Amino acid sequence: MTEERVPTGGEKLVQCLEREGVEYIFGLSGGAAMPIFDALVDSPIKLILTRHEQGAVHMADGYARSTGRPGVALVTSGPGATNAVTGLLTANMDSVPIIVITGQCVTSMLGKDGFQEADVTGITYAVVKHSYMARSAEDIPRITREAFHISTTGRPGPVLLDIPKDLSQGPCHAPFEDEVNLPGYTVPGHGDPEDIEAAAALLSESKRPILLTGHGVVISGAGKAVINLAERMSAPIVTTLLGKGGVDETHPLHLGMLGMHGTAYANMAIDHADLIMSIGSRWDDRITGKLDEFCLGAKKIHVDIDKAEFNKMVVPDVCIAGDARLVTEDLFPLIETNERAEWIETVSKWRQKYPLKYSKQGGLKAQWVLDRLNAITEGQAIITTDVGQHQMWAAQFCRVRGNRNWLSSGGAGTMGYGFPAAIGAAFARPGESVWAVVGDGGFQMTLSELATAAIHKLPVKCLIINNNYLGMVRQWQELFFDNRLSGVDLEGNPDFVKLAQAYGILGLRIKRAADVDRILERAHAYNEGPCVVVAEVSKGDNVFPMIPSGSPISSMIIEKPKEKLEKPTGST
Amino acid sequence: MSSQARHSANAASLPIQGIHTISLFVRDEPGVLVRVALVFSRRGYNIESMVVSPAAQSGFSRMTMTCSGDSSILEQMIKQLEKLVDVVHAIDHTHDDAYETEIALIKIKCDGSQRPEVLQIAEHFGAKVVDYGSQSVMIRVYGSSEKLDAMQALLSQFEVAEVVRSGKILMARGVETT
Ligand SMILES: Cc1ncc(C[n+]2csc(CCOP(=O)(O)OP(=O)(O)O)c2C)c(N)n1
Repeated sequence: MTEERVPTGGEKLVQCLEREGVEYIFGLSGGAAMPIFDALVDSPIKLILTRHEQGAVHMADGYARSTGRPGVALVTSGPGATNAVTGLLTANMDSVPIIVITGQCVTSMLGKDGFQEADVTGITYAVVKHSYMARSAEDIPRITREAFHISTTGRPGPVLLDIPKDLSQGPCHAPFEDEVNLPGYTVPGHGDPEDIEAAAALLSESKRPILLTGHGVVISGAGKAVINLAERMSAPIVTTLLGKGGVDETHPLHLGMLGMHGTAYANMAIDHADLIMSIGSRWDDRITGKLDEFCLGAKKIHVDIDKAEFNKMVVPDVCIAGDARLVTEDLFPLIETNERAEWIETVSKWRQKYPLKYSKQGGLKAQWVLDRLNAITEGQAIITTDVGQHQMWAAQFCRVRGNRNWLSSGGAGTMGYGFPAAIGAAFARPGESVWAVVGDGGFQMTLSELATAAIHKLPVKCLIINNNYLGMVRQWQELFFDNRLSGVDLEGNPDFVKLAQAYGILGLRIKRAADVDRILERAHAYNEGPCVVVAEVSKGDNVFPMIPSGSPISSMIIEKPKEKLEKPTGST
Repeated sequence: MSSQARHSANAASLPIQGIHTISLFVRDEPGVLVRVALVFSRRGYNIESMVVSPAAQSGFSRMTMTCSGDSSILEQMIKQLEKLVDVVHAIDHTHDDAYETEIALIKIKCDGSQRPEVLQIAEHFGAKVVDYGSQSVMIRVYGSSEKLDAMQALLSQFEVAEVVRSGKILMARGVETT
């Protein structure tokens, strides 16, 4: 019998990843990570080389959001790791299960400012769900198993594994681990039956109930259960930015997104409801506006898998700790059918009276482009967005029908997210249509990943809404700072069509409203590789409706105001 | 809509400053102290004292901390502490019937003329002189934090060179969990 060679820590790590079912690793190498990259040479896991570590982490994030399976990124120590921090924040704010593996300098040099040393666990404490630094190679199987368990269960989130190079290079004798032993970590499932009964009683009494669906609905796959409940009790549904797609937005009870740039009728409905049941949403400040005045007359039910969200923003009447789907399903049999005809009638009147609208005058309108994108993709494409005006317009006009088909950086609002996230989604769900809707500003933060998309002939479509401005900031300056524009003009933008061509990518341009359908359809049908579509939209458009940050919902502005507005008091 | 009942208030109420004693049962893992400290600092709490020591079960530690901050967010902060993977439980003992104690070492610079009174104060508080020099004495005292405060106040008429206090430790009485 020949004795088996003892694997290195790096090889053991890669074997652990294989056992976790990892298909892709998005990464960029460097000295401290070399033994791990070396181990990948013999692994069935496919390594996707990115052009920047931020791109790698967003790709892992896009992979995770579009599938629910953990995404993995691998970067080197020091600057490699610090480049990954924005991606960690993005995933942490939005509860996305990713594993970020960072190389670290050798243990004997830790704390001595060795070349490319950064105290990565120290830097990232505030932006991870949990983190590990391997102290010995024998730790590797255990911490890897724990990392995946923690990242993917309960409220998901990013977990960091920092692996010193001597450990990934040296031998690892430890066996694989299947069980985890984490006495401080519990995962809620079904809610407490008493809480569920209390919620059912409130729901039954309510005359004007509304269901507010957040990312928890997407993560737990509660869409069907929410629709069943909404139909039985005749409750309109509104969604947060991150909840989009969790419930089919074309359902007649669905009012679309609420909040700062939500639809007027969604905001009116929540403002007039006598009961709000939040399912997997954390009452973010984009939703509540001025908290002291948020829906004071309404009773509130809060379903969340994370108890620490209870009483943080609003103080609900009933809190149910548990999985959004299980709780919604458990509630269903306790609810009686109720037509609530008056309430449904009122809401549909608002829907007719205050539709999303925009002027069709004066150049190509981003809203029109996105409206048509929604029509051409029939709400079935995976849509990722960057951050800014285009994100809000996409949220308003793309009525997402499928769960995990809407990927947008909400909590962090990370510019540069959209395009790499689309690449991650395209790897995760081959054969599906993936569109990144990005602004000309944010796209330039991670556009180097055009090379990554090109090399793999990924059929991602990147729709650049080019207004030659940092549009969302320009909008605020116009509305709240006397139009004193400061640092928002993106003069010097490249010709994005030529830029695409320089990477060997198909570049298309939309200049006029009449081009929109033809070009979007062409891009939609093009599957030989990536494609960049540049929509040269009018420069000065603003996103409405708008609730200025820190204001109550009732101060919603539906169209461009004549008078100057007060500076908003909310944070941003 | 006029309901002003409890349920209608949202969580942005005015801060109420308070002092709290919290006890944590944690896994003895690297970084756990930092993770705990970050929750406090993020929520604007000031840690006044903190005692970390091994628990009865190996692999676990105890943390007892006194901290000051906005009482209205205490419950929420405790939940954020409990959410940490390495924290097994976090309990606010501020209003509990728990046995509490603390120890202090106090060094007083004093010559022969002042010494009798220093010793008298020490005796009154059941303190012990643990170092006796020609120009200084060191006193060890333990008991409730309030008792230590009182003794320190009485001694402040002398030249107090150094004070080292352990920070409060506590244990829930009876079968309650700390
Ligand atoms: C990394 C980062 N930096 C700055 C911001 C602040 N910010 C929010 S929206 C925005 C403008 C985005 O401009 P663009 O990408 O062109 O999109 P538009 O708003 O024009 O659609 C900025 C600068 C941010 N969200 N993220």
